Amino acid sequence: MTLLQIEDLKVHFPVRTGRFGGGKGTVRAVDGVSLSIDARETLALVGESGCGKSTLGNAVLGLAPVTAGTIQFDGQDLGTLSTAARKRLWRDMQVVFQDPVSALNPRRSIASSIAEPLIIHGWSGSIPDRVTELMELVGLNADQRTRRPQALSGGQRQRVVIARALALNPRLIICDEPVSALDVSIQSQILNLLMRLQAELDLSYLFISHDLSVVRHIADRVAVMYLGTVVEDGPASAVFSDPVHPYTQALMSAIPLPDPSRRDRGDRVLLQGDLPSPLDPPSGCPFRTRCPLAEPRCAETRPALTPQGPGHRAACLVQDRNPGGPPA
Amino acid sequence: MEKTASMPTDTTLPPPRPSRLSRLRESDLWYSFRAHPSAIFAVALLALVAVTAFLAPLIAPQNPYDLAALVLWNSEIPPIWDAAGQWPFVLGTDTQGRDVLSAVLYGSRISLIIGFSSVMLALVVGLTLGLIAGYFGGWIDNVIMRIGDVLLSMPFILIAILITAIASASLPTGLKDVLAAPILIFAIAVPSWVQYARTVRASAMVEAKKEYVQAARLIRVKSWRIMLHHILPNCLTPIMVAATLNFGLAILSEATLSFLGVGMPPDQPSLGTLIRIGNQYLFSGLWWIVVFPSVQLCLIVLSVNMIGDWLRDALNPKLR
Repeated sequence: MTLLQIEDLKVHFPVRTGRFGGGKGTVRAVDGVSLSIDARETLALVGESGCGKSTLGNAVLGLAPVTAGTIQFDGQDLGTLSTAARKRLWRDMQVVFQDPVSALNPRRSIASSIAEPLIIHGWSGSIPDRVTELMELVGLNADQRTRRPQALSGGQRQRVVIARALALNPRLIICDEPVSALDVSIQSQILNLLMRLQAELDLSYLFISHDLSVVRHIADRVAVMYLGTVVEDGPASAVFSDPVHPYTQALMSAIPLPDPSRRDRGDRVLLQGDLPSPLDPPSGCPFRTRCPLAEPRCAETRPALTPQGPGHRAACLVQDRNPGGPPA
Repeated sequence: MEKTASMPTDTTLPPPRPSRLSRLRESDLWYSFRAHPSAIFAVALLALVAVTAFLAPLIAPQNPYDLAALVLWNSEIPPIWDAAGQWPFVLGTDTQGRDVLSAVLYGSRISLIIGFSSVMLALVVGLTLGLIAGYFGGWIDNVIMRIGDVLLSMPFILIAILITAIASASLPTGLKDVLAAPILIFAIAVPSWVQYARTVRASAMVEAKKEYVQAARLIRVKSWRIMLHHILPNCLTPIMVAATLNFGLAILSEATLSFLGVGMPPDQPSLGTLIRIGNQYLFSGLWWIVVFPSVQLCLIVLSVNMIGDWLRDALNPKLR
């Protein structure tokens, strides 16, 4: 069953350009993305900084304005719902942020941070009991409820953030780089916690990350973003073992290998240059300016996502394994 | 916590929240306070001035507001340590026979009340407008901050004089004296809210970008509640310092206005009014009429500024 369905989503921000701010431009942070997440599924969204991963997550949560396209949650279009209905639907979506330091109000005890959604949305039962239950669910000692965030370690703070996200029994949690600010040893604890919670509470995750080893650990499916568009998506096993798009291939070859004897393998793809400006994206394929396989035709047509295998799609003219086939 | 004693099985109960007093005594601020003799001195001095000022009706030898109590042949008596001094006029009397010590105590009370009230009024207005400007941004921010810029482009004292002058010209004489203190409070608060608004706006803009505010918005906490419960408590540190230092400034402004004759009337004198009256007799050798109110004003402003300086250092995370 599809829980979240995103169709051709665009998030554009108007900006002033030029020395005196006289010019007007548009940052195409998200430029035509279609994704879906099933119930109890983890979709990982990967890509380098500035490719629009977080903006996509914010658009789903209503924190960024949607320029075009639709977001359907549980079969209901968020754009057409009344404010009250949307508010009810948003209870089912929560977020875990990257930085657990700034994600908690430093002046409040962790119990009052966890209790806030319960108070705002009118929890029917006993709020202190629910806070205790949530703290135990995420592996925190209920004795710590009066502590301030600065008295906790980074991993404990992230557990508090997760407990707050779980307070209203959501169905989808958007994890925006939830472990990148943590120590490696703590990362695995938090990832295992997220996986255990998914199994216990039937959660779906939109897992935004740039760390592919983390993604491999947790994701069912992977979508690779580049400059506001999805260039490849598919089952995690297929994307990791058999990447089609040259950008995905470059990302995969950048994963550090623990085995030193395999480190100097010949298949490393080193990308040149930087991410082009989303103010003025290249014509045709957005990746062509850095692509080792770019051909003249890449500048003319923007490649669509085409099927490459079961559930596996990629947007590349050169590497397309099914040329001339129907678009996905 | 007798409840826990009667229910020994209940082990999940959280430990009792420490009382406010014990939390204060364990705080960094208290530690810093005890380590700074100048802060202790300033707080003690201000406390002494405030207590004597507010207990003036009980301890002052004379009620300077009661014109019937003034006896003209007691006028121009020098302080008690002078050969011509007379009990109970410890600090002497003025040309009307008014006891200088009593006038200073009552005057300090008026000065402290006007200073404190104008800071509070400016704080309420400044915090509200600054939070709104910083949190919402956009045109609201522009309108509020441009109004503030206009106020800052004029000299502080000029705006205050303008307001008191307009008020005293438009009010009937009887009402004018009754409303003298509220008018002064308003006149001092109007130009000074801008500083709070700017400070809070800057902090609010930083805090509003932080993820805990985004998380609160996601829970659909209402905007006013986010501003009051989440952003404001995290913006208060610089405001505490500014408000303390401005308290001293407000007392000085009140004294300036009263000295210029647009403040408190002579029959309910503040320190500034006393200095203005005494100033006329300085060259007649009646130095005590002007010196004692001036010394009191200096002591108040000095102690307030010392507290403000200490707070600024104690609350500055870079100096800890």
